Amino acid sequence: MDGPFATAFTLIASGDDALLQIIGLSLRVTLGAVAIACVIGLPLGAALALARFPGRGAMIVVSNALMGLPPVVAGLVVYLLLSRSGPLGPLALLFTPTAMIMAQTLLILPIVISLTRSVVEDLWAEYREQLLSLGAGRLRAVPTLLWDGRVSLLTGVLAGFGRASAEVGAVLIVGGNIAGHTRTMTTAITLETSRGNLGLAVALGIVLLTLTLTLNALAWGVGQWARGRLG
Amino acid sequence: MSAPILPLSLEDVTYAPRGAALLSGLTLRVEAGRRLIVMGANGAGKSLFLRLCHGLIDPSAGRRFWASGEPRPEAQAMVFQRPVLLRRSVAANLDYPLALRGLARAARREAVALTLDRFGLAAMADRPARLLSGGEQQRLALARAWAIRPQVLFLDEPTSALDPAATRIIEEMVARFSDEGITIVMTTHDLGQARRLGQDVAFLHRGRLIEHRPAADFFAGPETPEARAFLAGDLIW
Repeated sequence: MDGPFATAFTLIASGDDALLQIIGLSLRVTLGAVAIACVIGLPLGAALALARFPGRGAMIVVSNALMGLPPVVAGLVVYLLLSRSGPLGPLALLFTPTAMIMAQTLLILPIVISLTRSVVEDLWAEYREQLLSLGAGRLRAVPTLLWDGRVSLLTGVLAGFGRASAEVGAVLIVGGNIAGHTRTMTTAITLETSRGNLGLAVALGIVLLTLTLTLNALAWGVGQWARGRLG
Repeated sequence: MSAPILPLSLEDVTYAPRGAALLSGLTLRVEAGRRLIVMGANGAGKSLFLRLCHGLIDPSAGRRFWASGEPRPEAQAMVFQRPVLLRRSVAANLDYPLALRGLARAARREAVALTLDRFGLAAMADRPARLLSGGEQQRLALARAWAIRPQVLFLDEPTSALDPAATRIIEEMVARFSDEGITIVMTTHDLGQARRLGQDVAFLHRGRLIEHRPAADFFAGPETPEARAFLAGDLIW
């Protein structure tokens, strides 16, 4: 048996340098994007759930719609921003990991905002009178609701991670798939497959799948544990 | 204790969201140190009345004012029929309203320990509040209300979901709060409970206050046919 699978297992087992480098960059980019999307998206989603202002409905519709934003379009938007003639051109960020983090943040942010809004809105319906009675206004309720919705929110954050780690369009456009610099698991799979280098492609595919499976198993476990533990 | 916030006065108060008057023409004083029982049929407006007094809803017309002059004094608490406990430990639930009031960490820790002890909750301090039994949850809700040192405590049918044993525990606690000088305003469907705890009775009928008298007089002979029918167990509309 000397097919792509055998090669793949050899690569994984030997801890191939190129392989590890690609995995490391992928994780760095995706985790960075998830972190930034959470810092922006959690409070914004909660604010969208609690605040009443003109244009709120439109914002909800837009953030829901953007959950389906095609990655290539996200990549294109960031490309236009960062290209030499774009508004952020002077920063010279195009074809760097930073640009990839920006593009993936754009992809994940709508997911985090929409799910946070929906979780916090449901909790607020249940908690509103009690929190007002205890003396918490809407603003003070935000951290309370985010913390009490932590288990459901984790699912949303993981959905964001899943989307970012699986996409290829955005990172390909703004990263350029430069070996050793901006090559991620998904862009490498695309390239290696088209070159007929199936061993590395399959190895990366296996790693990507394992990663996704592990994370989801972890999230499910945490959810089950929390249901029993927190009620 | 801070400046007295009672009596609470309502002057010709109407609550009419979207035009329909659910409470109308309410004039009443909640006096300090008394136990006021609010009675009436389903839909008479008892819960709305409590929420209006507590400041969860505002009058559409008329005036609501506290003796301290504050629009919504902090020294008041409410216990709901089904209290919402935070998805945290018992101790964290007690800590929460104290933190909202800006108490320092050390003072909070002391107050939480004292409250846990007083309400027999010390053994379950670290347990998740949501996993307590119904009776324990209501006890925690009362403890949380007491912890902020309220001058007045509103209770909205606090025992209607509880069994007789848990009900007795809650009633004893309410009586002890009253002994400590906390003013009690409570709705109930349980006539026996109203007799046991009430010093004054306010009887609501279709959003209007039609009787407000000492409980002994009320139970001896209501003035209005609606209240007489209610006590006799008739259906009134």
